[in-house]
Amino acid sequence: MYVQRLELVDFRSYERVAIDLSAGTSVLVGPNGVGKTNLLEALGYVATLDSHRVATDAPLVRAGAAAAVVRCLVVHDGRELQVELEIVPGKANRARLGRSPVRRARDVLGALRMVLFAPEDLELVRGDPAERRRYLDDLLVARQPRYAGVRADYDRVVKQRNALLRTSYLARKTGGTRGGDLSTLDVWDAHLARHGAELLAGRLELTTALGPFVAKAYDAVAAGRGAAGIAYRAGVDVSTPDRAHLESALLEALAASRSSEVERGVTLTGPHRDDLVLTLGELPAKGYASHGESWSYALALRLASYDLLRADGIEPVLALDDVFAELDAGRRERLAELVGGASQLLVTCAVAEDVPAALGGARFDVAEGTVRRAD
Amino acid sequence: MYEGAIQDLIDELGRLPGVGPKSAQRIAFHILSADPADVTRLATVLNRVKDQVRFCTTCFNVAESEQCRICRDPRRTNEFLCVVEEPKDVVAIERTGEFRGRYHVLGGAINPLEGIGPDNLRVRELMARLGSGEVKELILATDPNTEGEATATYVALLVKPMGIDVTRLASGLPVGGDLEYADEITLGRAFEGRRAV
Repeated sequence: MYVQRLELVDFRSYERVAIDLSAGTSVLVGPNGVGKTNLLEALGYVATLDSHRVATDAPLVRAGAAAAVVRCLVVHDGRELQVELEIVPGKANRARLGRSPVRRARDVLGALRMVLFAPEDLELVRGDPAERRRYLDDLLVARQPRYAGVRADYDRVVKQRNALLRTSYLARKTGGTRGGDLSTLDVWDAHLARHGAELLAGRLELTTALGPFVAKAYDAVAAGRGAAGIAYRAGVDVSTPDRAHLESALLEALAASRSSEVERGVTLTGPHRDDLVLTLGELPAKGYASHGESWSYALALRLASYDLLRADGIEPVLALDDVFAELDAGRRERLAELVGGASQLLVTCAVAEDVPAALGGARFDVAEGTVRRAD
Repeated sequence: MYEGAIQDLIDELGRLPGVGPKSAQRIAFHILSADPADVTRLATVLNRVKDQVRFCTTCFNVAESEQCRICRDPRRTNEFLCVVEEPKDVVAIERTGEFRGRYHVLGGAINPLEGIGPDNLRVRELMARLGSGEVKELILATDPNTEGEATATYVALLVKPMGIDVTRLASGLPVGGDLEYADEITLGRAFEGRRAV
């Protein structure tokens, strides 16, 4: 899969721009702050309907414009497919596949598959467990879309259960009796365990599949100081990762923590409290790894998800935002070797010399609001 | 802003669900220019709705007398009881023409976020109805979302010890459509819930 053409109208810093890309490597070169990342962000938005930088759509639209348009022509198995998204802040996005509009913007998901590594991903290693859970869940949904539903159901159950615990907590605190009724807690426990077990089973299977890819990728981009390992840390016993077993384990854990949950008015057990533990050698990466190691680890996690999707038979586009500047010459070469075989690789950098010559490919000069192929 | 009665009407119409200020204005001027007989009929119906429509004392469906049409119908069996959230769900199931039993309208679903617990629903009334021993099967037809599922589970937990069969409506692929048009979440779940033929 590769993007043949990208057109932006009123997206971020671009009033109107069109770039013709090709399979293989493309290097986007330009000084800081001219909008290299914006190009990758636009493609990432088509792939996930989400920006890797901001939570709302408003910053994506050029100041003064009402809406932004991202249009790209994706070639997959020799077939061309045009995907178009109109981003209107505060409203539902309008989407087209080919020439025809689709009912929901969600229908364009899957038309472009992309794995993007950006400096923000450092949070995967240094940030809260929520960052790592999102990493796992996003990858889970990319492999099996059914998990989008499982994830939404689970979140909803946790929200409802928390609301129930919270009302009862507040009712007790104020001495009232209204809303202190916990008779439905068993019901929410059952649903939390059922959806939780499904989500947990998916995450465990994914962690097992992902492990070797993370180790391999880290070994390539870090200078061999200790091996990277990932492990899923759950609040319950997950040694038998089948759903029936996980469901009963969650039910038991909920029963055990019932009194402290009622006491504190919040759900303390379940996959929404779990973490993906990243280790380097014997030590946890969080807190022990240097900046360089953390950065390499974050890159390894993205490269691993790329490799895993490829192993599944999906050929995503790989985008690396400002990666080579952080690496020494040896690791640059190794990374180039690792990703050189991508069906399409998009790289941004401020200094062209940072990108190893071995990677080859086309070069694009990015300046304020324009992108030109340099040949 | 308009003067007096017309603005009052626009304000009142604007309170209705799904009616915005523009629509309210349009409806108000339509009423103003309409035939007086039509307007009187509308006013009468509005008054009648509040005066005469009440909830069936047995199933809590909307009714015009003590009991609704379905509860009064002697041709229907008492062996099957279908539990739904709202009166409009009764209408939906009736349209199928498949069900010859009776209904019980809960008046919503368990939803802690909105402060709705079993005490706010007609659950106690349901248990009282089941006490007569006539019902052989209880069909849970609450919505297939988080709140509907939770309500179904809650009722099932209460009823099962009474020795009554409890069933839940099936969910999955829409019938008559093409497999290719099902979204991947629905299709993925239908796959998970496949059964032997």
